[in-house]
Order: sequence, then structure tokens, then C-alpha cells
Amino acid sequence: MDADLRELYQEIILDHSRHPRHFGALADANHVAEGYNPLCGDKVKIYLKLDDADRIADIAFEGKGCAISVASASLMSEMLKGRSTEEAEQLLSGFLHLVKGEDASDLEEDDKEHLAVMAGVSAFPMRVKCATLAWHAMKAAIDGEESAKSE
Amino acid sequence: MTRPLPKTSREYDVETLRRDFPILTKTVHGRKLVYLDNAASAQKPKQVLDAMTTFMTEEYANVHRGVHFLSAVATERYEAARARMQAFVGAAHEDEIIYTHGGTEAINLVASSFLAPRIEPGDEIVLSVMEHHSNIVPWHFLRERLGAVLKWVNVSEEGDLDPQDVARAIGPKTKMVAITHMSNVLGTRTALKEIVRLAHEKGVPVLADGCQGAVHGRVDVKDLDVDFYVMTGHKLYGPTGIGILYGKRAHLKAMRPYQGGGEMIRVVTRDNVTYADPPMRFEAGTPPIVETVGLAAALGYMESVGREAMAAHENALARKAEAGLRALNGVKLIGEAKDKGPIVSFETIGIHAHDLATILDREGVAVRAGHHCAQVLMDRFDVPATARASFALYNTEEEVDALIAAVQVARKVFS
Repeated sequence: MDADLRELYQEIILDHSRHPRHFGALADANHVAEGYNPLCGDKVKIYLKLDDADRIADIAFEGKGCAISVASASLMSEMLKGRSTEEAEQLLSGFLHLVKGEDASDLEEDDKEHLAVMAGVSAFPMRVKCATLAWHAMKAAIDGEESAKSE
Repeated sequence: MTRPLPKTSREYDVETLRRDFPILTKTVHGRKLVYLDNAASAQKPKQVLDAMTTFMTEEYANVHRGVHFLSAVATERYEAARARMQAFVGAAHEDEIIYTHGGTEAINLVASSFLAPRIEPGDEIVLSVMEHHSNIVPWHFLRERLGAVLKWVNVSEEGDLDPQDVARAIGPKTKMVAITHMSNVLGTRTALKEIVRLAHEKGVPVLADGCQGAVHGRVDVKDLDVDFYVMTGHKLYGPTGIGILYGKRAHLKAMRPYQGGGEMIRVVTRDNVTYADPPMRFEAGTPPIVETVGLAAALGYMESVGREAMAAHENALARKAEAGLRALNGVKLIGEAKDKGPIVSFETIGIHAHDLATILDREGVAVRAGHHCAQVLMDRFDVPATARASFALYNTEEEVDALIAAVQVARKVFS
């Protein structure tokens, strides 16, 4: 197996895909959006509970997808809880840079370290959309839209 | 036109044939390319590339327009291609062959020009659940716009389609049966001749999607008695941008034009327009001239290899691949019809098709992963996506072994 593959499917990614965190519906969510990639059929639904100060008090997701898309959604759910929507959008921007292999210096050091496991996706351009699906859906949920496509 | 006799499978020399396909010597990710995505698009032999290059460097001009030398040569080549396509499908008349830009356009043409004017609200169109989106969405247009009703014929767990189920779905309001000749996912070859017979008994015309079926075995539209038969060039070892619609002459003559433009008219005045006869009536604008010449070369190439011999070779590879996959734990074949072409869809338990395809790709093995433009079928089998290996005349037994080995690598990654 080549190094790029090992980087893509490292243990932590496989673990998140097998045991996704915050998986399921969120009964008291007040912002919900779906992400759908018509090219591959992957679907994800993001549930956010925003408090009065526009902080993500709780988050959950459900859906079907490949290991990359599920792991990415799971990782995102871990990182977003407790953050403001503004911080979430900043994180999204840095994440997109990271998985596209662009300059991701807009990420905080801690976040960069946490997200480093997703950087391997940049060697697989056809799989970037898998990694970003849940993140675009999260942004759509914050914006009060019902759905987001993978781009 | 002379047609070389088909070779027997004993003479089938795949290594010699492979040398006709320049792309097959490529390496990907440092591995020898194993191209098993042929149902999506086939690679091109140099005979096709050369025919197109020669045509553009020595004979090219627009067709049916000029009186000058090159226009005459180009027109002759363009129309000679039509005769080649007529022979390829066994059509009775040359003017039953319409050039389109692909299989999709051919079906849209029939939906728009043949069926739409005959549809009253509540009229029915019978489809199988294993149709490609290109043989679903054009009929959905008629549902949305004219109130047509789509009636779906199921397939068995193995992927077989019972012609009697098609017959049972036909009612007094059925205006069309649109059915694949070979499923692009399951590989099922349908009993098309029987389906046509049963539909005609009830006075209903049949369109067959031959985009896969015509690649893997001889097609004889006269024997099938099918009303419309659709093919696309790029799966037949030809270029993209060219497809063929076969239609019975009586249907074509009665059909309204599809697109308006140059070359499809007889007379245009300020107040009126009259149309050319088929096939020109359906070929508005400058057609894909170079692609037509390329496709004719591709069909000639297939005939020279021998269509029966090709199909026998491809089917043997597919059956070997199926046996190899069955022998692995946790691999499920989707599609085990009795009459099956060289298309092998499968699910690897615990590994999503996209992850599998990414790992296979790094091993040099190109397969398709996804819904294969057949979401109705994915719903039928309750799978989000499958991986699909599909075989062509140039694939080898070693490549089947490479596929099986690569699937084992994927299982190791996910173990």
C-alpha cells in the first residue's frame, strides 16, 4: 500500500468512520440542514442547537457515506461544540484550505493539529467533496438553509 | 462493404489486440493500468484515432453544404459511415440511422418527437427499474409536462427481468415500453425479442437502450423487430459526442423534428417552413462529422475482431471475476441474472464503494463506484452505491487477478 493511502486511511479516520461521535438525530435542534452529493449519493443531515448567544450548544449528524465523509463529519462534530457560529465559519474556511492542499495558516494551531488527520485528502482530489460535505451542510444549517450541495 | 469473418475464440489473441490501444501501456500511481471501467467508456484503438486524424488532415470540410471538392469527399465519408452503422445493427434501410450526440440525445429525441405528441394525461410509459437515468428522465419530462404515468417493472433478486412482467404492466393506456438491452449495473441481458413480441401483441412500440447491449454481442434490429434502438459511440470504442438512433422508417417519417436549424429543412420562408425527410430531418446544424468517421472506424474494428468472439472473451473474464469475488468473505455480488454480460457490480461489506475504488485506483485498477446513474435500481436493492468492474475486448485474465488482489488490499486497510 502506498504512503498516500496510509495517510488517507489512518487509524483515527477509520475509528471515526466506524464509531462516529454525535451520531443520530438531535431532538431539540433549532438549525437543521442536509448535505447531498448527487455524484455519489452520499447524504448527511446536520443538527445544531444554537443558544441565544449564537453558540453551538449541541450538535449531531446522521447519514450514509464513505469512510472519509463520515469521519470528517464526526471530527467536525467534536470540534464545533461550544463554539460560536462565527468561529465555526472560520474553522470551515481553514478546513477547506487544508483538504484542498492550500495554505491553511488561517487555522489556529490547536485546530490545525486536530484536523491534521484530514490533510491526507488533499492527495485525492476526487475525494475532497466527500470530506467537505458535512461542513457545507453545517454552514447551511447556520445560515438557516435547508440543504447544501457538496460545493 | 466486406466484413471479415468472425474469428473463433481459439484465435482470440488479446495481447495482439492490446497493442492497438495506446493508452493501455500507461502506468497510474506507478502501477500498470488495469482499466475495468469500460461500461462507463471504452478506450480507443489507434485505428479510430488514425481515421479521425486522417480525415481532419486530408478530407475535412462541412457536409451536405458545399459543391467544392473537400465538401464532397467529407459528405461521402459521412454518409458511408451511415451504411456502416446500418450494417452494424442490421437495419433494413440506411435512412433509419439517425446520428445524434449520444445515447441520451437519442432517447430525448424519441420522447420529444415520437411520444410527446401522442400523450394524453394518464397515458402510461412502461420502464424497468434497472434503467439508466438517460432512459428515465426523458420520460419523467413527459410525466411532468403532459401528465404521463410511469409504470415500473421490477427485477428479481438475481436481477432477471421477466418479459411476462413487462406484458402485465402494459394496459390500454400504455403508449410506450422503454427498456434496456443490458443493464449497466447488473449486467442483465434482457429478453428483448420476447419483450418486443409481447408489447407488439398489445400494439405498443418499444424503445431499447442498447448503450451496453450493442457493445457485447451482435444486434439485429430486424430480427428483434424493435421500434427504436439507441447506442452511444464512446462505449463502442469510438469517440464521445456521437450516438446512433435506429428507428423504423414508418415511425421516423411520421415524427416531427427535434431541433430546428440548418440542413433539416426543405424550404424556409418568412411565413412557413417544411422539413427534410429522415434522417436529415433529425440532424439539425453541423453534425459531429469527425466523430461519425471515428465511430464508423470503431465499428469496423469491432467487426474485424469479431463481435461474438469479443463477447465470449469478455464474458469469460467476468465469470472469472465473479468466482474470485465470491471466494472472498464479505463480498456480495449485485446482479446474478441467468443471461448476463461482462458487467460485475459488487458490495464489500464494511467498505463503502468510494473507499474501495480509491484503494483499487492506487493499485492501478480503475473501477466505477457510485449509483451508476441508476438510482431507481439502487433503491430497489437498497444500496447507496456499488463498485463495478466492466470488461472490454482488451482485458486479460491477469487483470482479473489484479482486481481480486486489489480488493484484498482494501480489506486489509479496513480490517
